[in-house]
Amino acid sequence: MGFSRYVEVGRIVLISYGPNAGSLATVIDIVDQNKCLIDGPEEITGVSRQVIPYRRIALTDLTVKIQRNARAKQLKSAWKEGDVQAKWEGSSWAKKLEAKKKRSGLSDFDRFKVMVAKQQKSRIIAKKMKELKA
Amino acid sequence: MVGVRVLGITGPKKAAKAAPATGKSARYYPADDIPRPKHSRAKKHNAPKVRASITPGTVCILLSGRFRGKRVVCLKSLESGLLLVSGPYKVNGVPLRRVNQRYVIATSTKLDVSKVDVSKINDAYFARVESANKEGEEEFFANDAPKPAIVSDQRKADQKTVDAALMKVVESTPLLKNYLGSNFSLKKHDRPHKMVF
Repeated sequence: MGFSRYVEVGRIVLISYGPNAGSLATVIDIVDQNKCLIDGPEEITGVSRQVIPYRRIALTDLTVKIQRNARAKQLKSAWKEGDVQAKWEGSSWAKKLEAKKKRSGLSDFDRFKVMVAKQQKSRIIAKKMKELKA
Repeated sequence: MVGVRVLGITGPKKAAKAAPATGKSARYYPADDIPRPKHSRAKKHNAPKVRASITPGTVCILLSGRFRGKRVVCLKSLESGLLLVSGPYKVNGVPLRRVNQRYVIATSTKLDVSKVDVSKINDAYFARVESANKEGEEEFFANDAPKPAIVSDQRKADQKTVDAALMKVVESTPLLKNYLGSNFSLKKHDRPHKMVF
């Protein structure tokens, strides 16, 4: 199996470090082996046009069809056309991030409630499994 | 008068008092200096301010003492700055008790304890009472089983009345009773500095 995600113009990336950490951006141009130019588009994801090292981004499965060094306007319309935001939110990666964020904000009592819910869940599963095996 | 300190006659006012209106000076002077306590500059310590996160009704996690790890309800802060907490006793075995706010994690869970009357419980309430049947030296070395602590009937009655009101509040929220009955502990993946309580 070869690679399926490439650093390429139009690739949607997730920023993993720095002030924009956690938000999406689009690769606009490749600067060199270590850096690329990205743009949010700012109106949608809040990431302004900037050069960023590859170390600080993670490639997603999504791409948009844009030209190299596309203007913000074209990028925005490409995002809307490609329905990127909805596709991202539907991905299991985004869902996991969302769940993680939700978990980290839980209070002590909420964590207890989660624990109880988990116990109930596994109790149901165990019961069903026993039935199936029998 | 250089070098002579007369006890009790230090200022003009006191001298006047010591020598009544007869115009004579006092007839008695103590021969020896009587040691007087030195003037102390030690400040009177005020009770510490209770953290804003701890209010009456806050569920707290005890961190030290024999009830460490227990989740309890803070009922009020006393004049000494200590917190008055109750398990409730029925739920997790923590009686009405004073705890230092330093050894407590305040959670964001709050109960409405306005109906719980703890107005008569103060610091004096917890004052130590010398028990009549205290162990003597011989008994101490007797190597027998330690005697169980005796809880006064007054305390038991107060615990009952406070908890009766408190349990009503606790039971009005689902799972809260089980929560208070469970112990707090850190698991392998828990980072306490990043946790929200």
